[in-house]
Amino acid sequence: MNVTELRKIANRIRRRDLRAVFEAGAGHIGGEMSVIDILTALYFHVLNVDPAAPLAPNRDRLVLSKGHTACALYVTLAERGFIPQEEISTFLKPRSRLNGHPNCTKVPGVETNTGPLGHGLPVGVGMAVAAGLSRASWRTFVITGDGELQEGSNWEAIMAAAQFKLDSLTLVVDHNRLQQGARVADTNNLAPLAVKLESFGWAVEEIDGHDMEQICKALSPGVATTGKPKCVIAHTNKGHGISFMSDDVAWHHKVPSREQYERAMVELEVARAEIEEAA
Amino acid sequence: MELSVRSTELHDCRDAFTETLMAIASENPDVIAVCNDSVGSSKLGAFRERWPERLVNVGIAEQNLVGVGAGLANGGKLPFVCAAACFLTGRALEQIKADVAYSDANVKLCGISSGVAYGELGPTHHSAEDFAWIRAIPNIAVVAPADRIETSAATEWSASFEGPVFLRISRVGVPDLFSEGHTFELGKADMLRDGSDLTIIANGTLTHRAISAAELLARRGVSARVLNLATVRPIDEDRIIAAALDTGAIVTCEEHTIFGGLGSAVAEVVVDHAPVPMKRLGIPGSFAPTGSASFLLDEFGMSPAGIAQSAMELLARKA
Ligand SMILES: Cc1ncc(C[n+]2csc(CCOP(=O)(O)OP(=O)(O)O)c2C)c(N)n1
Ligand SMILES: [Mg+2]
Repeated sequence: MNVTELRKIANRIRRRDLRAVFEAGAGHIGGEMSVIDILTALYFHVLNVDPAAPLAPNRDRLVLSKGHTACALYVTLAERGFIPQEEISTFLKPRSRLNGHPNCTKVPGVETNTGPLGHGLPVGVGMAVAAGLSRASWRTFVITGDGELQEGSNWEAIMAAAQFKLDSLTLVVDHNRLQQGARVADTNNLAPLAVKLESFGWAVEEIDGHDMEQICKALSPGVATTGKPKCVIAHTNKGHGISFMSDDVAWHHKVPSREQYERAMVELEVARAEIEEAA
Repeated sequence: MELSVRSTELHDCRDAFTETLMAIASENPDVIAVCNDSVGSSKLGAFRERWPERLVNVGIAEQNLVGVGAGLANGGKLPFVCAAACFLTGRALEQIKADVAYSDANVKLCGISSGVAYGELGPTHHSAEDFAWIRAIPNIAVVAPADRIETSAATEWSASFEGPVFLRISRVGVPDLFSEGHTFELGKADMLRDGSDLTIIANGTLTHRAISAAELLARRGVSARVLNLATVRPIDEDRIIAAALDTGAIVTCEEHTIFGGLGSAVAEVVVDHAPVPMKRLGIPGSFAPTGSASFLLDEFGMSPAGIAQSAMELLARKA
């Protein structure tokens, strides 16, 4: 799919996500806005997945380890046809399949349950090991937050992935520089992240995580380094696309007022017009 | 004593917890708050402002969090380790066992937003197993206060107690039950209301629901005793045995799975000493559906009317 189409879809997902969080009165809008371009590129350009056969054995696997941004995943899955679009309006409602963290036993397209941070990468390592054992060619992608990388379990998995030479595994770090309560650098700094991962035996690429062209290029097949797992450090902004939310830790899980919601929606509509004009 | 819910105004027990923690910390410079990127959710903002160097935020790393707490205790500090109850207990259980309980480190583990307080965030965020997990580990007190007054009293007590404590603190609003000046005694159940037909035993956010259930039962001519069992371990055997002998039937209510928690702990005492029919209310051994905390408690039969209904059914089984 071409980059303009992908941008249009990402914009549509942002608008639906914003509305869902506003209507549900809960969600993690900051981290949702930061990860949506990555999710869009994956589901509409990179991943070999089929909504009609969500459990096809040779599908590519995607694990959204930062499970608190489930709403962005649900909207993306709906956009891609895994679940009905109308179902998004049930987000967080009593007995909905769409609770605050994704549930693979209920929602097609979700590979494993996340919510407690630091779980996705070890599971991704297991998926990639399974692919190797089966001599299968499918790829495994894991998206983590940057604050999430403070969990030690990630570093155990980072070592294991290098040890097992998992070149079918790609970790995408949504590096928005913010965690729940403060900046990552002021809490438990990750820097220098690329150097750390390289020294752990990974191939590392740094990109602008809101530049669709760069995301697609970094995640497309054929660019893996043989024998090494790959990490794409995606430099993003929490709250990206909504000026007053962007790079502000207050928007980790704040819910916009009606006035803020309307302002945000206008900004996203303007962005849509710009994408269409540029096309 | 005929204790009833004193007012319908609801309070978040986290506020009482941090206010008390700050009062203790202003007297005792060794008090340290330890957290995991949870300054906001543990309500430690004012603590950080006042004593920035006494707030140790390890980032999103619960195993490290509890280990650091144990090290601080070894170094002569009095650490209050604060984190969402689900991650504190689930993620760092072995640190709790080896570094805190087995090593007898004077660490206060404060499990915030316990039970199903996180509602719609789902089962990963529900702390529905912590009584069972921690109760199974020797040498650690398990305490779940029922209102802001008991929260404050239990927090104060924990600072003066030498040894590992797990304090379970909800964010779900609860009305005042105890009167100001209430002191907390480890291992002592409070009889909040006497009764002769059956006993309802609860703690935490379920205690006020149990009292309301007893009031509903009274209107139906059933006299229900209500025990607040804030300490799940060490358990108040005497009061539980007395309840079994005096009333002949026991309903337990907890914001926890019915496997291994308060109801199980009570049942252990009852089968050993005074077998009577029981009904254990709680999360029935399944992952909760999507819904708010109050929706889920009602869903699991723990609205006051639901508890009263279970009590009536239990009475029918009484010999
Ligand atoms: C084990 C665990 N500890 C704490 C939390 C609470 N929590 C949810 S999101 C979050 C911050 C995550 O920050 P980051 O990984 O940077 O995600 P993003 O900025 O993309 O939202 C925290 C601490 C959790 N979900 N799991
Ligand atoms: Mg982040």
